[in-house]
Amino acid sequence: MANYRETIAKNVAPLLKDGDFVNLGVGIPTLVGNFLPEGVDIILHGENGSAGIRGRLAENVYEDADTFLEWERTHKGEMTDYTVGHKDLLDAGSRPITLVPGACNFDIVTSFTMPRGGHLDKTVLGAMQVAQNGDLANWLVPGQMATGMGGAMDILAGTKTVIIATTLTAKNGKPKLLRECTLPLTAVKCVSTVVTEKCIAEIRDERFHIVSMYPGVTEQEIREAIDADVIFDDNMQIMVE
Amino acid sequence: MKNKVITIDKAMTFVKDGSSLMMTGFGQSGSPRHLIRALSKTDVKNLHTISDDLGVAEHGFDQTISALVNNKQISKAECCFIGQNPEASRQYIEGTLDIDFIPMGTFAERIRAGGAGIGGFYTKTGIGTVVEEGKETKVINGEKYLLELPLRADVAFLHAYKADKAGNAIFKYTARNYNTIMATAADTVILEAEKIVEIGDIEPDEVQLPGVFVDYVVEAEEDIL
Repeated sequence: MANYRETIAKNVAPLLKDGDFVNLGVGIPTLVGNFLPEGVDIILHGENGSAGIRGRLAENVYEDADTFLEWERTHKGEMTDYTVGHKDLLDAGSRPITLVPGACNFDIVTSFTMPRGGHLDKTVLGAMQVAQNGDLANWLVPGQMATGMGGAMDILAGTKTVIIATTLTAKNGKPKLLRECTLPLTAVKCVSTVVTEKCIAEIRDERFHIVSMYPGVTEQEIREAIDADVIFDDNMQIMVE
Repeated sequence: MKNKVITIDKAMTFVKDGSSLMMTGFGQSGSPRHLIRALSKTDVKNLHTISDDLGVAEHGFDQTISALVNNKQISKAECCFIGQNPEASRQYIEGTLDIDFIPMGTFAERIRAGGAGIGGFYTKTGIGTVVEEGKETKVINGEKYLLELPLRADVAFLHAYKADKAGNAIFKYTARNYNTIMATAADTVILEAEKIVEIGDIEPDEVQLPGVFVDYVVEAEEDIL
């Protein structure tokens, strides 16, 4: 399990189906696009106003202000080639992106109508804590650097399926899957599935149902890492390595 | 139709100490950098800003709203995300910058309400979180919603790629973001455009922001980040 981030992303990918309209959060979720099976074509939502993102530019034009300014000078104004990039074509992290054929751009009200109105099929987000009733905390640790909730609360308010891509425990070894979240919540009862580097847990009937495990990981190991009610599925699957 | 083009110096006279100011942009995209840069060179202070974020400060990008943060010209901010500007976080923790964090979709809809003559709306966003605290709630069709109120400002700064002299504007790709709603929700609306064309040069059905919402148009200089 050398690269746990890739392991998590590889195991989220099969949960996305052909034609799904999906928002991917920052961090591990953005890697998921790299592992989609052949023939699976999803429409990626960017909350700043895109449906049909291909990805960030291969070349790093965002290294420093001078490099970006130079790139902007040659990718601006009338120029219209969404496969090459434009200074006004960025993702939610302010990085230049390209689009796929059939993509479209829109304003912020339209953009949030999509998740909140139930038009977005799935979202993949990171987490600090997930509770067994589906509560999610992923935006604020009191006393630490504040960043704001961004669009996460709105996306969670209406998106049909919420997939969490996260490590099973925090960096300090403490469980992230809990009976109740102790951090400020992002949304209540919203999480469907949690994909970690050691197991995949579905949330049903206010319990974590472990449906898949990474090769070599024991039930004991998972029980010790989750501070909540856990049920191991009879038809246990093996996670992708 | 009236020619609304003014100089950037004239535009600055509409923003005063203590003004509430909407600024478009989602990070770098659609940010009225030219108007912001001009404002950062004035001694206007105690601003109450209403914007998606507080700028992008990494890698030496300091011509978005971060320029106003660095100058400590903002005393109160209503925004959604400041993860790309550590200086804003620092001032917030230090207590010199008061920030009201608002969920992005709610933030957008509150501005829309402010500009559309709507007195508020019920949303599920934020139910069961700190966002719900102190707000009126209501059960609609068996689900709990909370009441959010409209947002307006004294002045709005907008950024378009192209506008005619009457303020009819077109945006490129993701730069449209808050432009179409902030234009409706401020007493004085100032639009900077990279390219200004004559009245009649934009096809009516290509206009993304009707000029009737725009009070003034300013030409954006080409060469700044």
